[in-house]
This record gives sequence, C-alpha cells and structure tokens, in this order.
Amino acid sequence: MMDILNILLSESFWAASLRIATPLIFGVLGALICERAGVLNLGIEGIFVVGAMCGWMAVWLGAGLWGGVLVAALAGAFFGLLHAILTVPLGLSQHVSGLGITLFATSVSYYTYRTALPNVSSPPRIEPFQPLDLPMLSDLPFLGTVLFQQTALTWLALLLVAVVWYVMNRTALGVALQAVGDNPDSVDAQGLSVYGLRIGAIVVGSALMALGGAFLTMSAFDAFFFGMVNGRGWVCIALVIFASWRPGKALLGALLFGAFDALQVRLQTEIGALVPGQVFLMAPYVLSIIALVVAARSADYPRALLTPWFKGQR
Amino acid sequence: MIRIEPRQTQSRAFAVGVPILSAVIALAFAAIPLLAAGANPIQAYGEMYKGVFGSVFAFSEVLTRATPLIFTGLAAALAFRAKLWNIGAEGQLYLGAMAAVAIGSGVLDVPGLLLLPLIVVLGAAAGAAGMVAPTYLKTRFGADEVVTTLLLNFIILIFVQMMLEGPLQDPMSLGWPQSAPILDQGMLPPLIERMRVHSGLILALILAGLAQFMLARSVWGFRLRAVGENAAAARHAGINVKRSLFGVAILSGGVAGLAGVSEVAGLKGYLTSDLSPGFGYTGIVVAMLAGLSPAGVVIAALFIASVFVGADSMSRAMGVSSFLADLVVSVSLLCVLVGSFFARYRVVRASTTRAAS
Repeated sequence: MMDILNILLSESFWAASLRIATPLIFGVLGALICERAGVLNLGIEGIFVVGAMCGWMAVWLGAGLWGGVLVAALAGAFFGLLHAILTVPLGLSQHVSGLGITLFATSVSYYTYRTALPNVSSPPRIEPFQPLDLPMLSDLPFLGTVLFQQTALTWLALLLVAVVWYVMNRTALGVALQAVGDNPDSVDAQGLSVYGLRIGAIVVGSALMALGGAFLTMSAFDAFFFGMVNGRGWVCIALVIFASWRPGKALLGALLFGAFDALQVRLQTEIGALVPGQVFLMAPYVLSIIALVVAARSADYPRALLTPWFKGQR
Repeated sequence: MIRIEPRQTQSRAFAVGVPILSAVIALAFAAIPLLAAGANPIQAYGEMYKGVFGSVFAFSEVLTRATPLIFTGLAAALAFRAKLWNIGAEGQLYLGAMAAVAIGSGVLDVPGLLLLPLIVVLGAAAGAAGMVAPTYLKTRFGADEVVTTLLLNFIILIFVQMMLEGPLQDPMSLGWPQSAPILDQGMLPPLIERMRVHSGLILALILAGLAQFMLARSVWGFRLRAVGENAAAARHAGINVKRSLFGVAILSGGVAGLAGVSEVAGLKGYLTSDLSPGFGYTGIVVAMLAGLSPAGVVIAALFIASVFVGADSMSRAMGVSSFLADLVVSVSLLCVLVGSFFARYRVVRASTTRAAS
C-alpha cells in the first residue's frame, strides 16, 4: 500500500500520466466533435496511424517539427473528408465507412512507409519535440516537474480542450454543431447547412485525431513502427462515451486513463515477479471496457448519432 | 438541381454488379501505388495473375488462404444481418485456436477418433464465449458492442501471449512462446498431397451452405433478418429480440472460433501469437463484398485470398511492398459501400421529376 502511495505522490508519475494522456486527449476531442455533430468516426484508429506516419515522415524529409504537425493534421483532415462524404451526403453506414477508413488509412500509411524505406532493420529516428523548459516556472515544486517537462504538443492538447469547450458552449457555431447532432431538421429549418456543419465537424475532428497519432512519433517516440497505435483510437471511442461528450470530462477521462497506465507500468516493476507482465498490459483495455459499461447506462447519446439526414426528406 | 430519391425496387443486377465492379475498381486502383513505387503495373498484374493461377500449387495456396476468411466472413455476415456489430472475430479466432491446442496437444486423454470432433466443438464454444460477453454487456448495460469487441481483440491477444509463455508453452520449445503441437489424430487432414490446403475448407463450405439455407428458408433466419431490419418492429411482432441476439452472437463467435481451429489444426499444427494476420478484420470486408450473403462470402473470400496470395508473389518477384494487398482490400470495401448507395438510391434531375409527377 505504501508503495502505491509513494508512486501516487511522485512527480514523475504525474508527468508520465499527462504524457500518456496526451494522444488520448487529441483523440477524444476529435471523436467528441464528430459525434456531437451526429457522426460516429471509427476511422479514428487508422487516422492515428496516418497522423503518426505523415507527421514523422514530413519531419524526416526536413519539414521541421511544426511542419510535421501541419502535414499530420492535413492528412487526418483528408481521411476525415472521405468519411464525411460517405456518411453525410451519401448517408452510408457510419460503422462500415469508419472501419473502411481505418483499413484504408492504415494500409496507405504502411505501404507508403515500406515504399519509402524498403530495407531498414531499425527505423530511422528524428529529433522529436523537447520538453518546454520555462526558466522560472520549471523550478516550481511538484507542478514544475509535472507540467514543464511536457512538450509543446501536450500544451497544445490542453489548450485545445479549452478551445473546444469554449466553441461548444459559448459560440453560435457550437450551438449549431450540437443541434445538428440532436435535431438536424431544426438546423435546416433555420437555414443552416446540415451537410456543411457535419462535414466540417468530421474534417476538424479527424485532424485532431491525426495530431494524437503525430504525438506518438514526434514526442513520445522518435520513429514510426508498425502497430504502434495499438488500439489507442478505440480507447478514445470508449472514453468519449465515458466523458458524456464534454471536453472537460474528456480531459478527465484521458488523465485517469493515463494515470492508470502509468501506475501499471510502475506496479509492474514493484510486484512484477508475482503476476505475469501481460496482466498489466491488458489492464488499460479492461479499464476502457469497465469505463464504457459504467457510463453506458446513463449515456446521453447525441440523439441523431448514426442517423443519416437527407435534404428535402423528412 | 440534382435530387436523390430511393429506388422503388431493389435490383438483382446491383446486388451482383456492385461487388464485381468494386473488385475491378480496387484492382485498377492498385496501379497508382504501383506506379508510385516505381513498378510497371502491367508486369505487376501479370505477376499477381501468375501467383494465383500460375500452377495447381499457386491456386491451392489461394484456397488455403481463403479458408479462414470464409469462417470470419461468415461470422461478420451473420452478426451484421442482425445489426450486431461483431468486430471481434480476430479475438474469437484466437480463443478457438487456444481451445484447440489446449485440448489437442494431449492434455486430456481422449480416444483418437474423438479428438478432432472435440477440438472442433470446444474451439467453436470458446469463440462463442468470446462473443457472449459483449452481447451481455450490450443487452444488460447498453455498452456498445463495437467498442467492447474491438477492445477485447487486444485483451485476448495479450492473453494468448501470456498463455504461450505460461501454461500453454511447449516444454520442448526452448523458451520460444509457442504451444505444444496438436497430436496427429487431432489434425484436420490435408486435401491434396504435398499441398497445404486442408479439410478445414470443406468444413467452411458446409457451414456457408448451412448458413445460406438457414437464413433464406428457416424461421430462425426470418427472425434474424427481422431483428436486423427493425428491432422495435420485431419486438412488437412478438420476436424475443434479446434471445435472437444471443443466438446470433453464439453462432457468429463460434464460426470465428472455427477459423482459429482450422488455422492451427489444419495448417500450422501449433499456436503462436502471430497466427492471424488480421483475418478477423478482413472477414468484415469479405462479408460486405458478399452483401452479407453466406454464398457470397465464399466467392468474396476467394477474391480477397487471391489478392493476398497474388500480391505476396508479386512482392517477392518485384520487390513492391505486399501491403499493396491491404490497400486493394480496403479500397474494395469503400467501393462496395459507395455502390450500395447507388443500389438504394438514384440521382435524378429535379426538373425531370417535376415534369413526370
């Protein structure tokens, strides 16, 4: 017990939690925007892969770190646009389209990587984002270590939580976005474009998802590996229900998940001899399912989620 | 102005034409990544053709590759018919394979003749168990089965690795994480001498035939389609929706489990954690290309298996990445999805409809 307490009180533990949570913050925010507008985006897993690969490759080709971030976001937006065209004006199955996008985006990324680097045994590395070391603030006790050892991308994720919250709750655009996910007819009656709002939401949401992937290759690691996304996208889909489609709770969910994941890594070194290591590896996925089951009962799904809408048809 | 209106009748020509056209478009699309890799597409298609139809052995490899895809394709098609989104065939496949090696490697003292039937039954049961849990969480708590089955795939794969480093590890494997081999009498016999195609294919074809018959002709099939098309109406008509869902969950999971049985007991002989290169996920594409029809699943599985085997052989000959196959498969899924739009709706000029009405 003392061991766990010691872990929970350590600065490095919370720094690691925030680091692990960062890609999930991007992913949950992205999924949240899509679903609030009424469209499930199961392309998330593949869009993570595309973001990870494109961001990394752009930097490797000399685009610079922020250039890589931009390329990743654009690539995510492209696959989001594809999903949007299939699910919004064409009104096709959001489940099948999303899974199709995941398969397509993943295979495009893997094929491109393999074609660019046919025979490498160890993947080439880039110089990733470094921790933002702010002179005065970094010296603060506890918070200094937790917050100011993070890279710029973590800061961007935290900033985006605030931006998405503000847009959703304080702007006309946010009201329209939520209405289009609840009652598209009412939005149409007001003369706003249901198609435009939904397509825009999916494109922006997908760009955010791709940033989650980019964080993996440009901040958490410094190279691209096959299978590196490893279900993080699916975890986000579970977390967004846990977060009841709210940005603040999305941040909380991602942080809880990050903390749990950081804890299992540390417990593994403490009591690893007693339990097979795989039990710890399984834990985050089990936790996601538990979070989903707990939240599902009272989940207040956007009312028009999964329901296609056609102009001129009631 | 253009307008979209639903078609009055569902044409049979679309049901057959859309998947075929999608397959052709997806294959033609492959020319772009081939050119990007600096390869001559004509030559590449030639190599792929040779890899599939070039010899009896080549085609037997396609049949071998198609076998697990028929199982996982059926698993997806059955579940999707009832709008039960089982994306967990990958995990259920591993559960079936684990059950097969657990029983088949001689732990239980089973008379020789009974071993193979027991492996098949328990492998299917293990796969079914893997689908019952998400269905329970869906019906009891409203937890979305898409997410639970997807996450279970990861959990099960890690569990397999744990078992292969623990209780299921072959003591003779020198620490390598693989299971003990299945005893000879527990293996599915090969179909052609000196080739890898095995009687798992026969089992898959029988299941596809049964599923086709049950869906089209039985009361059970009728209920299943009713639940899938409109659960509320089905409930109103006195169908026990929950029971129907559990029924199809058990079938879907069981068939996916058999994919694992067939791979270990028909092909590999023992279990490793890289048994399946995503057969569960590819099964979804197979089911969609098949229009969720069991007979169609067989044809779609043969097509997708040809793409994989052909691309592998082309890759060896020309040095182009075999991820090309995954690209073709995913594009065919997106094409068939777009095609389903044109099968259901037609695009008309608004002015002409006004004149007509």
